[in-house]
Amino acid sequence: MYSLPHQQLLLLLAFVFVLGFLTSSCHALYEDQVGVWDWHQQYIGRVKHAVFQTQGSGRKRVVVATEQNALASLNLRTGEIYWRHVLGESDPIDVLELASGKYVMTLSGGTNVRAWHLPDGILIWEAAIPSSKGSNPPRLVALPVDIDNDKINDLLVLSGSVLAALSGQDGTTIWKVDISGKDVDIRDVIVATEELKAYGVGFIGDSGFTIIEIDLHAGTITDRKTAMTSETLSVTELLVSKQFAVALDSKGTHLVTVSINANGLTVLETALSSLSLNAVGLPKLLPTKLDGAISLALGDLTAIVAVDPTSGELRTVETLVGAVAVSDSLSLANSKHSVAIIQLLEGGHSQNTFSLHVHGEDWTEVVQKETVKLPSHRGHVQKVFLNAYLRTDRTHGFRALVVGEDDSLLLLQQGEIVWTREDELASIVDAKSAELPLERDGVSVAEVEHDLAEWLKGHFLKLKATLFLASADEIAAVQESRLNQADKTKLTRDHNGFRKLLLVLTKSGKLLALHTGDGRIVWSLLIPGFRAPHGGPQVCPEKLLLWQVPHQHAEERPEVLVLGKSCSTSDFPAVLSWVDAYKGIELHTMKLSYPVTHALGLPLTDSSEQRLHLFVDDQAQAHLLPGSEESLDLFLKQKDNAYFYEVDRTKGIIEGYGIKGLVESSRQTSSEGYLFETEKLWSVVFPEETESIATVATRRPDEVVHTQAKVLGNREVLFKYLNKNMIFVATVTPKSVGLLGAASPEDSTVVAYLIDTVTGRILHRVTHPSMQGPVHAVLSENWVVYHYFNLRNHRYEMSVLETYDQSRVGDKGVMQLMLGRHNASAPLSSYSSSNVEVKGQSYFFTYTVKTLTVTTTARGITSKQLLLGTVTDQVLALDKRLLDPRRSATPTPSEREEGILPLTDAIPISPQGYLTNGYQVEGLRGILTIPARLESTCLVFAYGLDLFYTRTAPSRTYDSLTEDFSYALLLMTIVALLIAIAVTYVLAERKELAEKWK
Amino acid sequence: MERGKGSGRKWAVDLCDAVPSSASARDPIGFSRSTLDLEESTSGKQKKDNEATWKQQKAWEAAQAPFRNLFMMGFMMWMAGNTVHLFSIGITFSALWQPISALQGISKVFDPFKDARTDILLPKLLFIAMNFAALGLGLYKLNSLGLLPTHASDWVSSLPPPQAVEFSGGGLPLL
Repeated sequence: MYSLPHQQLLLLLAFVFVLGFLTSSCHALYEDQVGVWDWHQQYIGRVKHAVFQTQGSGRKRVVVATEQNALASLNLRTGEIYWRHVLGESDPIDVLELASGKYVMTLSGGTNVRAWHLPDGILIWEAAIPSSKGSNPPRLVALPVDIDNDKINDLLVLSGSVLAALSGQDGTTIWKVDISGKDVDIRDVIVATEELKAYGVGFIGDSGFTIIEIDLHAGTITDRKTAMTSETLSVTELLVSKQFAVALDSKGTHLVTVSINANGLTVLETALSSLSLNAVGLPKLLPTKLDGAISLALGDLTAIVAVDPTSGELRTVETLVGAVAVSDSLSLANSKHSVAIIQLLEGGHSQNTFSLHVHGEDWTEVVQKETVKLPSHRGHVQKVFLNAYLRTDRTHGFRALVVGEDDSLLLLQQGEIVWTREDELASIVDAKSAELPLERDGVSVAEVEHDLAEWLKGHFLKLKATLFLASADEIAAVQESRLNQADKTKLTRDHNGFRKLLLVLTKSGKLLALHTGDGRIVWSLLIPGFRAPHGGPQVCPEKLLLWQVPHQHAEERPEVLVLGKSCSTSDFPAVLSWVDAYKGIELHTMKLSYPVTHALGLPLTDSSEQRLHLFVDDQAQAHLLPGSEESLDLFLKQKDNAYFYEVDRTKGIIEGYGIKGLVESSRQTSSEGYLFETEKLWSVVFPEETESIATVATRRPDEVVHTQAKVLGNREVLFKYLNKNMIFVATVTPKSVGLLGAASPEDSTVVAYLIDTVTGRILHRVTHPSMQGPVHAVLSENWVVYHYFNLRNHRYEMSVLETYDQSRVGDKGVMQLMLGRHNASAPLSSYSSSNVEVKGQSYFFTYTVKTLTVTTTARGITSKQLLLGTVTDQVLALDKRLLDPRRSATPTPSEREEGILPLTDAIPISPQGYLTNGYQVEGLRGILTIPARLESTCLVFAYGLDLFYTRTAPSRTYDSLTEDFSYALLLMTIVALLIAIAVTYVLAERKELAEKWK
Repeated sequence: MERGKGSGRKWAVDLCDAVPSSASARDPIGFSRSTLDLEESTSGKQKKDNEATWKQQKAWEAAQAPFRNLFMMGFMMWMAGNTVHLFSIGITFSALWQPISALQGISKVFDPFKDARTDILLPKLLFIAMNFAALGLGLYKLNSLGLLPTHASDWVSSLPPPQAVEFSGGGLPLL
C-alpha cells in the first residue's frame, strides 16, 4: 500500500503536535529575546536616611535606607544603583552609619546590627542584641576608637535601656550594660573620645534629666548625674548634642535646656514667647541633628533656635513659613558646620521654585544660595541631605539630595537637577490599564516610520542572522533593532493591543501613566486634591476606578477616578479626583461629606459612557454617581437588581444589602450623588471561636467568558455555573492565624465557602482539616483555586473547586437542542433554583505564594494560566490544566484526547514557567493582567519595589506569526518564484517554437 | 441509420428490409414470402435477444461496480484510523464524494443499456443502494471521526454565558 509510510509519517507528526501542545505551558525565551517585549525597573522607595561617601579617590556614592526597608548604594553622578538589599517587612532600618570608610552599619528594630561592605554590598556580619523593652528610637554610634584592640573601630548601640559595645571586626558583644534604673529613660548616647567615656542622656520620670557616664573600655557605669526641673516635661522627644539637651515641657509653652558641663547639669527653662515664637497648637521638636541649635515646628512655622552651650540660653535664629526642609549639620574638614534649608519661594507656588540656602557656622552667614525649579509633579521638598565637595579654589561647594513630596529622589547641584529617581513607583497602591489614542493625523506620532529600503535591509540582516551568515557586528545591529523596535513605543493604539497605558497610583498620591512598550513615564500627576498645604499627602490614595472608557466615541477621552481618604483619621470623608487618562490633568475634584467603605462600578453606563458608581458609606447608605438625571433614570430601572455585601473580618460576618428607595431630599445635592436607603437582607455569621475570615476572592468584574458549555472528550457537555455574584471565602481557625506551628494539626482547619452574594446562599462548603492559612485564592469563570499550608505533611497545598450547573439544560435530546429548545441562554438569576455540582481536587505545591491571579484574554477563548507571585519575588505561570478536578490516575483515551493530565500528587513546576525569566520583582505585591486585542495574548504587569512587564500566551500565539518570522525570506521566495515562472515560460515558448520549425 | 446510431455503430446499413421493394412485381415461383418472413424474423430475433441479455448483463455489472469500491473504501478507512488528520479527512471526504457524484451521473452509467427490451430499473436500484451503502459508510466514518453534530455538545458548545439578572458588589471595607 502506498499510503502506509504516509500514514506513519502523519501519525508521527500528529504525535509531535500533541506532545508540543501538552508542553505548551513552557514559555522559555531565547537569550536574544530578553528585553524585546519585557522590561524590568528597579526602585528603592522613599529615602529616610542617606550617608555620602565622597572622600577618597573611589567612586562617589550615596548609601540610602528607605521606608520600604531597602538599603542601596547609588552612584552619585547618575543615581544608578550599585547594589541594593531589600530587608524583610518587619525589619525597618532605624539607623544608617558609615564606619571606617568602608562599612555600612545598619540597625534594624533596635536588635539587629549589620555591617555591609561598602563597595559591593556584601553582608560582613550580623549581630543580634537582646533588646530590653522600650519604644524609643534606637541609636547606633560608630566609635572613632578601637576598644578591643583588633585595629578596627567599634560600635556603640543603644537599644531600649541596654547599651552595648560591638566589635567592628565581627559584631561580637564586647560589653553590655543595662543602664535602666528607677524611672530612668535613656534616650541618646554621646561619646567623648578623648576621655574614652560614653554618656547616656535621658529623662527621670517626667520632671528630670539624667546623664550616666560609662567607661568605654570596661563598660562600667562610673558616674550618674541628675537635674530636676520645676515643670513636668513632655517625654516624647529629647534632642541631645555634645553639650546640651533640649526638651519641651508638657504644656508646650517652655523649652527646657540642660547644659552638660564638668561640674554637673544646669537646667534653664525658656518660654517660647520670649523667643518671639507664638505657639499655634502644640509645638514639636524636630529630630534634625543641628550643631549648636535645635529646630522645632509650630503649626506651619519652622523655627531654628540656637543654644548657647555653656549657659543653655536660647536665641531664635531663623523662622521659616510653609514647606521647609532642614538638613542635618554637615561637619566640614576645618571643623566648621553647614546646614541646608530648602524653602518654597514666596510666590513660587505656581512655578514650584525653591530656594536652597546653605548656612555656615554662624547662622547669619549664607555660604551658598540657589534657586531650584522642580517639576510641579515633584511637589514640595520633604527631606534634604547635604553633602560638600571641594572646588578647585579649595572652597566648599555643596550638593543636596532631596526627597520630593512624591517620594522621588533628586540630586541638586548648582541650582540644577543632576538626576532624578522615580522612587514613588516603589509604592504602588493600585494599578489599572487604559487604551492609547487612535492613530490619526492630529495625534503627534513619533517620527519612527522607516522607508521600505531600510525595512528590507533590516529583514535581510535578520535573514542573514538566521542563516548564520551574519558577522558579529551585524548580529549586534539586528539585536539593537529588535530591542528598539520603533513601533513599540508609539503613543497610539496598535492593531494587536500591545501598546497601552499602565495607570499606577502611588502611596504618595501621585498618578503616573507608564507605556507598556518600554516602561517610560508618559505623564505624571501629583493629584492636587490630595495634597496637604505644606506637602505630604493629606489624603491617602485608596483606589483607582475606571470612570469613563470610551468605545463608541473615539474622540472622547478615558477618565479615571481616584478615591482617597484621610491618612490620619478613619472616618474622614472621602475625596474623589477625576483625571484625564490621556493628558494626566485633574479634571475636577470633590470632597464628599461621607466616608466611603465600598466603591462599586455598576454594569451600567450613561450616554457619554460614564460608568455608574455606587459609593457605600459607613451607615450602609448608597450614593449614586454621576449625579445626573440620566444616570438616576438608568439606575432606577435596575435598582431592584442591585445589591451589595460587606465583609467584616473582625466580627466574622458577611452581610448583604438590597437597595431601597431614593431619598428625595438628595435630589438637591445630587452633585454628591443620589442617596439611596438600603436594607439588610441576609448575613452569614461564622462561629467566632472556630473560624475567622482569612480571604475573600471575587471574580474580576470585567472578565469575559466565551461560552458556558464545557465539552468533554466523549462529546458530553457540562454547563459551567457562571454566577458573577458568587464569592469565595476561606476561614481559618483563629488560633492558627500567625506563625506556623502556633496550632497543632488537630485543631487547625481551613474551611472554604462559595457564597452567592445576592441571596446569601452558601452554594458549597468544604472543610480541610489539619490545614492552616494564610490562604490565597483566585476566582475566575466557574472555578476557584486556593493555596494554604498542610500541617500534617508540612507542605503547601493548592485546591481547585469547579462549579457546574446541572439544571441548565437537563436531559434534552439533540433534536431539541438543534431546534434551540433549551433554557441555556435564559438570564441567570440567583433566586432561581439551581442544582450546582462542585468538583474539587487538591495537590501538593512546593512554594509559598505571595499573590495569586489569573490571565485574562479579550474574548475568553484562550485557556488560562494561573500567575503566582512566589516568595522569591518571581512570577510563575501555571497552566490551569494542572489544576483540573477531573484529573484521574488513569485517564481514559477520550479524556487524554481532551487534554486531561494524569493525576499526580504534586504540581510540577517547570523552570520555563517563570515569566520573570532571570529577574526578581523585589517586594512583589500585586500582578495586573490586561487582555491584549490579540486573543491569544495577555499582558502581565507585576509590581512591588520593582516593576516588571511582559506578555504571555497561555495557548501559544496561535493567531499571529512569530516575532522572528522572516518576511524578507517570504518576499524573496515569492519574487524568486515569479522570476522562475517568467523565465521558464519564455524558455518553454522558445523550445516549442524551435520544435515546430523542425 | 437510426438504429445504428442507437447501438453505437457508426456505419450500418440494414439490408434485411422486410418491406417488399415493390408491390407491383410478383414473387418468383416457389418463393414464399411468409417463410422468408418467418426465417428472417427468427434469426433477427435471436440476435436481438442476445444483445438484450448482453446489455442486461452489462447493466447488472455496472450496477455492481460500486460494490468492489465499497470494500476498497472500507479497507482504506480502517487503515486511516479514527483520529482527525489530513489523511483520514481526505479519505472520508472522497468516500462521501464518490457515491454522490456517482448518483449524480447515474443516467450516464445506464444510458447505453437503455432500450425497450432491457430492464434497467432493477440494476439502477441496485446501483443506488450500493452508492447509498458507500455513502453510509462515509457518514459512519465521519461520525467515528467525530465530525457529525450528533451530540448535545455540538449544538451548545459556543453558547454565550447567560446574562446575570442581579448585580452585587462589595467585599472588605476600604476603611
